[in-house]
Amino acid sequence: MNRVRLTLTLIVAFLLQVAPLPAGLALFRPPFLVLAVAWWSPVMPRLGGIGAGFLAGLALDVVRGAVLGQHALATALVAFIAVRQHLLVRHKPALEQSLFMLALLMLWQGVVWLIDLWTGQSGDGWRAWVPVVVGAVLWPVAAHVMDRFAPPSR
Amino acid sequence: MNSLSASRDRPQRGVAPELRFLGYALLALGLMYLDQRGGVLDRVRYGFEAAAYPLRIALQSPAAAWRWTQGIFEDRAVLQDENRRLREALRAQQLLSMRRESLERENAELRGLRVKLPSVAERWLPAQVIAHDSDGQRQRIVVDRGARNGVFKGQAVVAGDGIIGQSLRVGPWSTEVILLSDPEHGIPVQVARNGLRTLAIGAGAADALTLPYLPMQSDIKVGDRLVSSGLGGVFPAGYPVAEVVEVRRDGNSPLAQVRARARAGIDRDRIVGFVWFDPSHPAKPVDPAAAEGGDPKAMPISTAAASGASTAPTVAPIVAPIVAPTVAPTVAPTTAPAARTAP
Repeated sequence: MNRVRLTLTLIVAFLLQVAPLPAGLALFRPPFLVLAVAWWSPVMPRLGGIGAGFLAGLALDVVRGAVLGQHALATALVAFIAVRQHLLVRHKPALEQSLFMLALLMLWQGVVWLIDLWTGQSGDGWRAWVPVVVGAVLWPVAAHVMDRFAPPSR
Repeated sequence: MNSLSASRDRPQRGVAPELRFLGYALLALGLMYLDQRGGVLDRVRYGFEAAAYPLRIALQSPAAAWRWTQGIFEDRAVLQDENRRLREALRAQQLLSMRRESLERENAELRGLRVKLPSVAERWLPAQVIAHDSDGQRQRIVVDRGARNGVFKGQAVVAGDGIIGQSLRVGPWSTEVILLSDPEHGIPVQVARNGLRTLAIGAGAADALTLPYLPMQSDIKVGDRLVSSGLGGVFPAGYPVAEVVEVRRDGNSPLAQVRARARAGIDRDRIVGFVWFDPSHPAKPVDPAAAEGGDPKAMPISTAAASGASTAPTVAPIVAPIVAPTVAPTVAPTTAPAARTAP
């Protein structure tokens, strides 16, 4: 039941993403939700692809009190690229996967940052980029855990 | 459309991902546009807030459960100790309030009034903090009272020892409160010692405020107490806001660098209060529409905010979403150097 697993992981990732943490820890929190979307998108491009990314991002917008559509756009973009890249990346060595994720997460944060700029919000400055690096570094581990939990149906 | 089965869920079928992404991207851009325009999506937001409420409660529950467990095992000695401290605090408060009545009468006489004024705060609604959003620079809390309890947008929120912020997004059962220390929040303040008025902007860290618009020669020093000045239409006059903790004057800048610490800190299990004010009271929040073109002495040594709002676009957006529309008109022509207002 990949559909159930997809929903479940997205919900768990969302909770991890928004759960209150002490400020010191929150700085290093990887963007769980984006990682989950990036993992599922190539696996289930129809069900878990761009639409799921959009909805997940929209939920983040609501809870974070951001402009509606900000994280939705960024997350849908990540999902889109992950869908396009398909299974190409997942068969590469861990380091290359991490670098790819770094680029993807930077793109995500870049979109969020640009929209902050456009709407006149003062973003989080350099602090916002720490999770990007943490997320890229943790990606191989996260992907491994996900492979175990929900093997790609192939 | 093909029927999709999970195992044969490949992008080659159905609409191309490019098209679907384009669709979602346009949807997102449309949402952002409407949300920025304001008004149109207010109902939608309200609904989303309502939907997010159970989630907020769920996210809060581990901490709440932990506190509850702690409460059960709380030591008798600890409780006795707390009891003793509360008694002492009560006695101190009673001593203070004994003089209050006569002071109020004196004050009324000085103001040339026949009758003693009632308190400016008309009603107080306590609320429990259910979430604390301090990712990065954002300083916000969510509390468990909302529109159903009569809370409205831009309402002053206080804690025991001073103002902590104002309501920003009001859902049916919960409200997001932007704290004074959020970089997007500005509050019109006044130095209690000499009446010097300026704006205090959040510095993006717990309890931290900056006063970026004070000229170098202004009379302000470490330890000065800042109270709300009543301008801006949200906060009434005279409520404690912050205390100055650092004043730097270097030759390079025409402005003094002043940092302050908010009086009221936010703890996780803190009770905060929404306040309704008596609209006929002299210390009520001054409505900017009414204040416009009013007393030119309102801001004697003023802030660069006026010039900031009009000449330096870099300053305006910081305050804009919250107070600029209300503050800018009330600020009298400034004596501050107009140049280099950007913090």
